[in-house]
Amino acid sequence: MKLHRLAAIAIKEVLQIVRDARSVGIVVAMPVAMMLVFGYGISLDVKHMPVYVFDREGSQQSQDLLKHFQASEYFDVKKAVNNYPALVRALDNGICRLAIVVPHDFSLKLNAGRQVSIQALIDATDSNTANIAIAYSQAVIQAYSQRVQVDWIRRHGQKEIKPPISVEARTWFNEGLESMPNIVPGVVVIVMAVIGVFLTALTIAREWERGTMEQLISTPVTELELMLGKLAPYFVIGMLDTCLCAGFGILWFGVPFRGSWNVFFISSALFLIVVLSLGYFFSVVAKSQLAASQISLFATFLPAFLLSGFLFPIDQMPVAIQAVTYFVPARYYMEIIRNSFLKGSPITILLNELLALAFLSCLLVFVATRIFKKKLT
Amino acid sequence: MDNAVPSVFVKDLVRKFGDFVAVDHISFEAQPGEIFGFLGPNGAGKSTTIRILCGLLRPTSGEAMVAGLDVARQSEAVRQKIGYMSQKFSLYNDLKVIENIKFFAGMYSVPEPIIPERADWVLEMAGLKGRESALTGTLATGWKQRLALGCALLHRPPILFLDEPTSGVDPVSRRQFWELIHRMAADGVTVFVTTHYMDEAEYCARLVLIYRGKVVASGSPSELKSGAVKGELLLVECEPLGKALEVLQTGPSVLDAAIFGNAIHVVVTKAAEAVPDLTKYLAEHQIAVSKIEPISPTLEDVFVALTTRQAESVEEKKVR
Repeated sequence: MKLHRLAAIAIKEVLQIVRDARSVGIVVAMPVAMMLVFGYGISLDVKHMPVYVFDREGSQQSQDLLKHFQASEYFDVKKAVNNYPALVRALDNGICRLAIVVPHDFSLKLNAGRQVSIQALIDATDSNTANIAIAYSQAVIQAYSQRVQVDWIRRHGQKEIKPPISVEARTWFNEGLESMPNIVPGVVVIVMAVIGVFLTALTIAREWERGTMEQLISTPVTELELMLGKLAPYFVIGMLDTCLCAGFGILWFGVPFRGSWNVFFISSALFLIVVLSLGYFFSVVAKSQLAASQISLFATFLPAFLLSGFLFPIDQMPVAIQAVTYFVPARYYMEIIRNSFLKGSPITILLNELLALAFLSCLLVFVATRIFKKKLT
Repeated sequence: MDNAVPSVFVKDLVRKFGDFVAVDHISFEAQPGEIFGFLGPNGAGKSTTIRILCGLLRPTSGEAMVAGLDVARQSEAVRQKIGYMSQKFSLYNDLKVIENIKFFAGMYSVPEPIIPERADWVLEMAGLKGRESALTGTLATGWKQRLALGCALLHRPPILFLDEPTSGVDPVSRRQFWELIHRMAADGVTVFVTTHYMDEAEYCARLVLIYRGKVVASGSPSELKSGAVKGELLLVECEPLGKALEVLQTGPSVLDAAIFGNAIHVVVTKAAEAVPDLTKYLAEHQIAVSKIEPISPTLEDVFVALTTRQAESVEEKKVR
């Protein structure tokens, strides 16, 4: 292997990247755009859910209850209506996700010390959101009924009884229970997967498509020099993009970074080698830019999105799918990155994931060096 | 280099693509310092042969040696000894002229200190002095071709392979290009060039004619012209041309007839006897003859004669 040939290829590649507006776009604009789209777009939080209310009584107490809903940050009482059809229409049209109906004898029963039911109609097309809405509305009503109980006991001059057991919940790693700190580090992984493969998927295919490959392979350059020379600039760009994404997550989205930067950079480098080799492999196999970019979309973006644990926890997947995820490099990187950001786990805990990434990168580099032959067919 | 070792040595070379035999048992030799022309119509197997010689394609069978090295087994060593210019322009259009030169200088391991001097030489040769920073894609075809030639010569290879280097190039640029090729040959470079332009073939010291994957003739242009055409050649200028050709093909003592420009070349057994016979014969068929005279054959005549003969022998084999 001759270093000067490797360098000549790397320089040529950089010049081509710089001159191609599309490449510059992929390198700079895409990470930022994806961070923004995913960071803001994928929110699993249920906040300010639109609510319609139908107060059939209109008493002081029923209004009091509804104020509790309004006060919660999870609900946003949009409108009070005075008939059922209006509620049904609003649910049908998706204007509200939750409708609360207070019965006509609400305060009457309450003051008589009898149990009273509140009706909650929930749009459960998204079961996850519906579950959260049920839980939150129960919490609101529970809080209110507890207050009513305490009032009642006080008014009757008795000593209030505290419930014997209570849960003192403290959430770790993501104290605010927000989805942003969970999503944003994941987006770093997705961005790297896409950028890494997309950038390199075009390099070899472009040479075939433009006919420059024939001249190139007539020179004494070796397969290995060609591959390393082509991947080196993209490795540097990829690492810069990793930093860009991480910085964006920390500074813009305010996600904490508690782990070790060493683990972060080592795992990022390994993951980049994996995706760059994959892209190179596709580029060699496809020989056309269009085919190469489509293959890389299917083979990296989708698995990184769906099978890495980004949106859906892997241990909740069917066993067969779980087995597939072991072949998705993004799975390991996702684990490392999330831990680095939120948990700050020491390297010993992430060792398995790091080893898996190291193994995959060696394997794919080996395959990539073997796949390209300096021959026409 | 030792003069005893031919620059290019090919024996019984075969290359198949599936069932299609692109190169069919061809053999030839090119000597150091000569301009070796590889002549044939499109699809004859010229590019396939040149690609095998440059180590870009594996031969199916047979022997191919370049600079004394086996192209199938020592293709890496071969590549350092050759310059190759493919049929399609294959420098980087999105690089500047000087960037292309430096890139290929790197590929060919031209030592760093002499790169500027070589780059200068290429710019001079290609007539691109002062346009070093132009994007290669913006150059006209003639300049592009000369730049490609220069890039293929950066490492001063003893053997140069040019695959239809002048296709799509204007006549003036073509002439300039051939002047460069002659200069290379004068410096001792073996130039192996494929073409389907007959006038270019005249520039070559030696020619191999290839048709449907087979060598149909070889020799110097003059050898080919004197040996290949059986009989003698007449030039017939007449009106109307199409009808005349039809009539002449069945005329007395006519071996072959083909249109060349605004005249017909007729191959006859004996020119002196054929002139009066054919004049009379054409007049009988209401064809106005303005000129009929014996001429010496051009390479195109040779080419037509040889390829039709080849085609006929193939047909005969099929009939049998």
